[in-house]
Amino acid sequence: MTLARRIIPCLDVDAGRVVKGVEFAGLRDMGDPEELAARYNREGADELILLDIKASRDGRATFLETVRRVAQQLNIPFTAGGGIRRLEDGHAVLRAGADKVTLNTAAVERPELISELAAQFGSQAVVLSMDVKRTAAGWEVFIRGGAESSGHEAAAWAREGAARGAGEILLTSIDRDGTRSGFDCGLTATIAAQVSVPVIASGGAKTFDDFLAVFGEGHADAALAASIFHTAKHSIGALKKYLAGRGVPVRLSP
Amino acid sequence: MKISIIDYGAGNLPSVERALRSLGAETECVTKPEQVAAARALILPGVGHFSAFVTGLRERNLTAALRQALAGGVPILGICLGLQAMFASSAEAPGEQGLDLIHENVQPLPTNVKSPHIGWNQLRRLRKSILLNEIPDAAYFYFAHSYAAAAGEPHTAAACDHGFPFAAVLEQENLMAVQFHPEKSGEAGSHVLRNFLEWAQ
Repeated sequence: MTLARRIIPCLDVDAGRVVKGVEFAGLRDMGDPEELAARYNREGADELILLDIKASRDGRATFLETVRRVAQQLNIPFTAGGGIRRLEDGHAVLRAGADKVTLNTAAVERPELISELAAQFGSQAVVLSMDVKRTAAGWEVFIRGGAESSGHEAAAWAREGAARGAGEILLTSIDRDGTRSGFDCGLTATIAAQVSVPVIASGGAKTFDDFLAVFGEGHADAALAASIFHTAKHSIGALKKYLAGRGVPVRLSP
Repeated sequence: MKISIIDYGAGNLPSVERALRSLGAETECVTKPEQVAAARALILPGVGHFSAFVTGLRERNLTAALRQALAGGVPILGICLGLQAMFASSAEAPGEQGLDLIHENVQPLPTNVKSPHIGWNQLRRLRKSILLNEIPDAAYFYFAHSYAAAAGEPHTAAACDHGFPFAAVLEQENLMAVQFHPEKSGEAGSHVLRNFLEWAQ
């Protein structure tokens, strides 16, 4: 009996459509969020994450409607975020059917938001999302979709987030995101060693071996990917069978 | 049969409702003691903080109604915090009283394991279980919690190990509870809910 390593497909959405960028830029249409959610639920995804990538105030109602529709398709855990600035934003996303909410820029600007959400909804409902880039200073946390440095060192920010009540860390390597050059296992292992909450690795997945590496040397509890699943090049079921065959504990669908 | 889902003011009721309806059950959300008293079968779902949970029940005058329903033999299924609420108290909220149907305490997960315990885990069957009937031993269920009740006799039908063996499936006469989220546990979770519905008939 072991806690399974999770495979989490991510839907980056804008104006009700799934999109995908390379290194946080250059968006392409990848399909309908409900259709993709239903497919991943069927294929054995362990969880689904939905992110409002523009996170504009004007797009709020559209995003909540997408959350509501996607939630209907799932009988697995569902995380939503992007543009969560206040307690009420988090509440709205959970009320629309998400089980967890992710915070990124707003958590850096006002870290108390993490504790407020955790106190209200429990730590298991709060995922701290960190976008990390390698700079001369080390691993640095960036905000506003990777546009601006937060001034935080990644490990210190992860520890603070967990101490404030975040129940999971969603760790994205900006350097690897969308490049399909593999997860940043060094970064993931460093953060996983610093916090007692689960760490979800994100950014750079291309091959099945990338997942094997991030669960091995990267010590990730979960791995997130988007485009490689959207294009149907790789099915989640095939990935999990591959991992199971190499000793990684995964939940195989019946 | 109509299933009454207790709405204590927080918690993700829509996903529990949707899961039950997909199995053909009729559901209603109840907030009043007289509705609990009239219920034929109850579900007590819960997420968040133990204190908010028991306070929510108390402020709606549901604590006594729930105890009476239990004593009267009404089938009840607690989910996640709804399992922990069956106990006397929780280390998460010292001084707050649970429903005290099981006179033991809920403990924090130890510091040598990842906490919260978030993700899919397997169960260890301790005896024949109504809720797990015909579900493969290897099935995974979705957990999301930082506190747990130690597995013990006579209440625990299946345990899960994370830091210590804790009660994952609790079955004691008409009182049933699961620490995982059946409404979020795919096919296996749906099967648990179906087993509860069939048994509660």
